Amino acid sequence: MHHDGKNDDEKLNDQGTGFSRRDFLKVGGISLSVPLVMGARTVNVAGQDVKIYGPGKVHISLDINAKKYAAEVEPRVTLLDTLRNELELTGAKRVCDRASCGACTVIVDGKAVYSCTVLAIEAQNKKITTVEGLMDGEKLHPLQQAFIDNDGQQCGFCTPGFVVACKAFLDKHPHPTRAELGTGLGGNLCRCGTYMGIRAAVMQVSKGGQNG
Amino acid sequence: MAEYKWPDAEKRSLIGKRISRIDGPVKVSGRAKYSYDLKRPGVLYGKMLRCPYAHAKIVSIDISAAEKMPGVKAVRIIQDVGKEIKWAGDDVVGVAAIDESTAEDAVRAIKVQYEVLPHLVLDNDPKSAGENAKPVAATTLGDPAAAFAAADVVSSEGLYGNRVITHCCLESHGMTAEWTDANSLLVHPSTQNVSGTAAQMATPLEIPATNIKVHQDHIGGGFGSKFGPDSWGIESARLSKQAGGKPVKLFLERAAELMVAGARPSSYARVKVGAKKDGTLVAWESESWGTGGPGGGGSPPLPYIFNIPNQHKQHTAIANNIGPARAWRAPNHPQACLITMSALEDMAAQLNMSPLDFFLKNIDLTGPRAHIYRDELQIASDLIGWDKNWHPRGDKTAGPIKRGLGLSIHTWGGGGHPSDCDITIQPDGSVELKMGTQDLGVGTRTALAIVVADTLGLPLEAVKISIGDNSYPASGPSGGSTTIGGISASARRGAVDARDLIFAKAAPSLNAKPEELEAWGGVIHVKTDPNRSLTWAQACAKLGGMPITVRGKNPGPEKLNDQGVGGVQMADVSVDVETGVVKINKIVAVQDCGLIIDLKTAESQVYGALIMGVTYALYEEKVMDQQTGTMLNPNMEFYKLAGLGDIGELVVHMMTGKGYDERGPIGLGEPPTVSPGAVISNAVANAIGVRVGTLPLTPDQVLAALEKKGGSNASI
Ligand code: FES
Ligand code: FES
Repeated sequence: MHHDGKNDDEKLNDQGTGFSRRDFLKVGGISLSVPLVMGARTVNVAGQDVKIYGPGKVHISLDINAKKYAAEVEPRVTLLDTLRNELELTGAKRVCDRASCGACTVIVDGKAVYSCTVLAIEAQNKKITTVEGLMDGEKLHPLQQAFIDNDGQQCGFCTPGFVVACKAFLDKHPHPTRAELGTGLGGNLCRCGTYMGIRAAVMQVSKGGQNG
Repeated sequence: MAEYKWPDAEKRSLIGKRISRIDGPVKVSGRAKYSYDLKRPGVLYGKMLRCPYAHAKIVSIDISAAEKMPGVKAVRIIQDVGKEIKWAGDDVVGVAAIDESTAEDAVRAIKVQYEVLPHLVLDNDPKSAGENAKPVAATTLGDPAAAFAAADVVSSEGLYGNRVITHCCLESHGMTAEWTDANSLLVHPSTQNVSGTAAQMATPLEIPATNIKVHQDHIGGGFGSKFGPDSWGIESARLSKQAGGKPVKLFLERAAELMVAGARPSSYARVKVGAKKDGTLVAWESESWGTGGPGGGGSPPLPYIFNIPNQHKQHTAIANNIGPARAWRAPNHPQACLITMSALEDMAAQLNMSPLDFFLKNIDLTGPRAHIYRDELQIASDLIGWDKNWHPRGDKTAGPIKRGLGLSIHTWGGGGHPSDCDITIQPDGSVELKMGTQDLGVGTRTALAIVVADTLGLPLEAVKISIGDNSYPASGPSGGSTTIGGISASARRGAVDARDLIFAKAAPSLNAKPEELEAWGGVIHVKTDPNRSLTWAQACAKLGGMPITVRGKNPGPEKLNDQGVGGVQMADVSVDVETGVVKINKIVAVQDCGLIIDLKTAESQVYGALIMGVTYALYEEKVMDQQTGTMLNPNMEFYKLAGLGDIGELVVHMMTGKGYDERGPIGLGEPPTVSPGAVISNAVANAIGVRVGTLPLTPDQVLAALEKKGGSNASI
């Protein structure tokens, strides 16, 4: 990794690592609380010792849909981009890329998260479920079937994120009210306007009591 | 002679029923591969260096550092020294590298110097726009001055407007382009125009269009913004060439998507309306303006739908330095609708009339669809409880929450675009339709399957639909609500011809003439004696080992589609006059679209239009900063879309049956998106007793309007 284009004043006390302010913000700003397990080095930044990965590629392993995956990614790469670009799991979509739209929603340790805002390195040692993991073999999950029955999709680009968000939501609120739905699923956005179908789909599953 | 006309209601096995979309399973499972999802073997990632200034001249470019970076495979100057850039975010240099981060690093390593030139990114005032203001010739109809001056005429004045908004497709614009040999290109774009993409790429790339193969399985939204390959699409192909033909995937980041990949023009108007005391509309005067970026902006059709006898109109297009406009569902109609329906509602309030009575009083001014509007107004008012819930301007009940009702009407053309398809029937009875169209999420695949299966008397699953490839027969771009009219007509004609060929093969063994046969329920039988029958497979076996392929066309024999629809919408809102927050309680849409092919997806499209309408009525605005010339909200936290909790209750009623079905299918992409801004604005005015003239109806706008009126108390 080279940073030839950068000004000298952007360089921190980098101890010869080629570590610049921009990369510090990218990595450090998001992942200071991450348990750093692999190839971490210590850099003194503004009087504090900070552990960093990289900046080159590091080996990671991920537990996705009960399968082990391995990849080589730079530490600054998100879980979303790792899923999409390295593992060909393209159900989760990249839309806003900054935690506003929910198109990238996956479930990590039982919680719906925006995978565009989780670094791949911090998703290690956690159980990740993507939309690809919801089907039982070739059989659609009842929630997926409900999306079809109630036409909860048009272009379908937001749909995988919505399906996953609805799954996580129903796991916590098996019998939601309309108002709970509005807030609980307010973190996912659809441009085509499929909310009526999605609302009906969630209610169908909730009534059927078969969200498993 | 083959008879192509649409079957009568009792002869429809699938057409008009509520049918789930056939690509539902791949979409809900995440298996649907959008062009943005593809990772072609050896793919490189493209990124753009974009001009940060709204208006500038390029003074110098240094790409040497970027070129030397490991992993960088191509760097191309797109706009060179001396070039004048007219909007922030325009492409300057393209880069392709082995991964996205490397491409981003390379973009950062490029040095460009600009001479910054004066810019205009605002559109609020044509008078201060100087030479950027381009007045269009004024038009006059009748004698407006005399009409306004007549003794029994009352007039109402107002300023109404729609700001620039963007398309914000969730799948951003872009493509993967790769050279399969020195002179042949393969592209996977995100496009509304599969069949028309090659011709647009051929000239700039200097290869024959026949050498360009285009494929797209799914598209994540277009809304009018994806008809061409775009400058960056051409650039993907050029970067690929420079990188030895390797695939280059270049899709816009969200910020660029919102800045450069499409905007709906703004439109503002000062309007004066004149009506007799009995409510008869007599005069219209408007001075309108708006921008669609460097090219100015379209002139909204004012007054909208109501052909008021005396008119004077003047429009000024403002050319400014925001990204260029693109078609956005029903170009110019939502703007004209908001301006007109607001002005008419204000007129009704001045006359102390219910706007429903006022509209009905003048309904003949709407022309040939007056009877449709009359019927639809009745249905809509029943569905929203107009008689019970409407009150004169200003909700007089105590407390800060004020409730109001509003209405609007709209129209759109539609029609059917040119469309070809091939329908192949195999001797084993399997059926495939191939067409170079695209499914924007409106259910095009499903509609094709319904038309073919219904015509052949087969179940839906018996028909394979192959679209999204320019090696298939050409079909028009999906725009202007012309897709369903075009594709359903060509599929119908092809399927009728194919069926008649099978009838001809089957007839001898049924001891009947081909025209005496009918296909129904997977069987071909004699109409007058259903016991004389062959199963579909038995009939197809008579093809004798070779498949048949039939070309279906639109236009073609017999008229199978039409244009011109009418719709009515009504909204019920609550406004908190302390916070300025508008809440949607309910919106009712009553829509005519001719013959419905799939009721389920047709309704979805209307729901979707209402939701998109709530979004532009309440939230959307491309906020431009005159100081820096840039967009302040090129992201999805501040370029807001309505969420699931924001839409209230939506009710859709489709006009079907006699009087509608005979017209054939008419597109729904545009019409129901036209009225939502107007109905919501009218409902807010009815609730709080004062007009908030310009969309979006954000809390600050609502509070400002209340304050102008002298505080919320003055209107309560
Ligand atoms: S892409 Fe992650 S929230 Fe939008
Ligand atoms: S279905 Fe198109 S964005 Fe949701």
